[in-house]
Amino acid sequence: MARSFGSATWLVAEREILTFLRTKGFWIGLGVLVLGLFAAAVLPSVFGGDRDSVAAVGPQAERVLSRADLDVRRVGNLDEAAELVRSEEVEAAVVPDESGRSATGVRVVALDDAPSDVIAELATAPPVDLLEPAEVDQGVRQLVITVFALVFLMFGMGGAAIAQSTVTEKQTRIVEILVSTVPVRALLAGKIVGHGLLTIGQVVVLAVAAPVALSLGGQSELLTLVAPALGWFVPFLCVGFVLLAAMWAVAGSLVSRQEDLGSSMGLVMIMVMGPYFAVMFLFDNPAALAVLSFVPFSSAIAMPVRMFAGEAQAWEALLALGVLVGTVVLIVLLASRLYSGSLLLTGGKVSLSRAWTSGD
Amino acid sequence: MLSVNAISRSFGDHRVLRDVSFEVRPGRMTGFLGANGSGKTTTMRIILGVLAPHGGSVSWQGAPVTQSVRQRFGYMPEERGLYPKMKVAEQVVWLGRLHGMSQADARAATDRLLEQLELTERADDRLETLSLGNQQRVQIAAALVHDPDVLVLDEPFSGLDPIAVETVLGVLRGRARAGVPVLFSSHQLALVERLCDDLVIISGGAIAAAGAREELRARHSSPRFELVVEPDVGWLRDQPGIRVIDLEGSRAVFEPEGPGTEQRVLAAALSRGEVRALTPVVPTLDEIFREVI
Repeated sequence: MARSFGSATWLVAEREILTFLRTKGFWIGLGVLVLGLFAAAVLPSVFGGDRDSVAAVGPQAERVLSRADLDVRRVGNLDEAAELVRSEEVEAAVVPDESGRSATGVRVVALDDAPSDVIAELATAPPVDLLEPAEVDQGVRQLVITVFALVFLMFGMGGAAIAQSTVTEKQTRIVEILVSTVPVRALLAGKIVGHGLLTIGQVVVLAVAAPVALSLGGQSELLTLVAPALGWFVPFLCVGFVLLAAMWAVAGSLVSRQEDLGSSMGLVMIMVMGPYFAVMFLFDNPAALAVLSFVPFSSAIAMPVRMFAGEAQAWEALLALGVLVGTVVLIVLLASRLYSGSLLLTGGKVSLSRAWTSGD
Repeated sequence: MLSVNAISRSFGDHRVLRDVSFEVRPGRMTGFLGANGSGKTTTMRIILGVLAPHGGSVSWQGAPVTQSVRQRFGYMPEERGLYPKMKVAEQVVWLGRLHGMSQADARAATDRLLEQLELTERADDRLETLSLGNQQRVQIAAALVHDPDVLVLDEPFSGLDPIAVETVLGVLRGRARAGVPVLFSSHQLALVERLCDDLVIISGGAIAAAGAREELRARHSSPRFELVVEPDVGWLRDQPGIRVIDLEGSRAVFEPEGPGTEQRVLAAALSRGEVRALTPVVPTLDEIFREVI
């Protein structure tokens, strides 16, 4: 019975997945990611969780400190307070101000730099009225962008495994048996599907670990803030992955040895890192972000963020997704020709034009 | 029957194959001979669809070879290679499935083949831990696992020790007896001579000779005889109607110029003394090969 395109694709994908699940590097990488997640969620509350303590001298200082979220130690005079500051038992001392320049009538005494946490607690900010309040808080927006950009980076770099596995097949020459058995496009599709599933699997592991880590660190509310933004992010990310995966496969097919892989991966690295940095640097520039949200590659991060922040209409998201899908179709067609053209050429690096002409 | 019909192929300006046509008949071992760079590997790659021909076609049972037909072919490429980090049995099973087998069938066929190729003990070792000779046997298993309709093997015996050659040979003969056309290339002419039924000789990208081995022998040799007498054969030089090729002491090789002349020589020899032997000399493949290319 002959294998259909679909089942050949699936067999290739199955082998890629099983092979990768057996490598130590895969599990070490995933372990480091999960550990990193827990560290990022839990450590700040372990190290930064204690309230700052201050020494207070005199009734005025005590009155001022009564509204502040600080541990207060009453001491009799300035010398005692200074001693506690010197011995670093307290962050700072709050003492009566005699110069008359302080609005609250107290001064802060600290060791070698101004204690910003304490000063912030003592400051009195005027009330603020926003005429056009943003739908989403800036801080939350930045958090969503950071999370999306990191996941995109992870997906994008996960595709590098496709280049690795392609060059392994070229280097060992098993590619000749594969090409004589199943269509080259099934090989390409199988790799994209296999590594796509592997990367999604890792994201799922992180998605399961994240609520646990965040609630351990007492930051569960972050999750409820990010969750509504995921609806648009998932489809953009999946389509974006196919785009990058096809490019990784071509990068792998252009060289004949693992050692040469670095030389052909540069462009794809830029395509992965570029959107990451562009969105991270330009996120508070609405015009730039709007442009980025339509450019394939960066649209996978920028458009879901704009949708989340309520800055874009649904038709804009659909248009951007359409542009992305169109680019994917184009790139996958180009890539499968380049891939089949270069797959059987060995000896040094194959130029794109040579791959193109032998791809017929 | 596998037919190669007038295929040609160029790489750049270099014409590698010109109107190459031959047939590989079912149940027969067909040896594919040619010097280095004569186009053997290119021809085999075209049969397997790894390369596209620039002219001509390949057909199986009278119909053009398509992807699904080709999936039933078994191929051992000249440049060996399998996944180095995969286990032996797992790898062969996977390739069997890629050729369209079910998991269970592929598993059974793999066990059987590894047994025949004396690799059962290494089934769960990673390929890269095997010696090169054993890796080569795995490569044979990979080409045979799906019980192919056609076998195309590029230099299947290079790199094998004599015992391994016999093992592999046994397996290949079994397939040929079962009715599978087997095409294999080799540099080892003595080996090809011993085991092939048909021959295809390619030279400079064109077929120099093709046909059954015996037929080719008959066609490419003028009949020669070896005569051994007692005590001396020097008188043969004066015999009419023959050409003496070689003469030394009591032994000589001659070519009769007309039919029946060797009988006259025999009568003359008997009249002079004892005749130890008069035997027809069959040309070796080596000689045919040198003659046609």
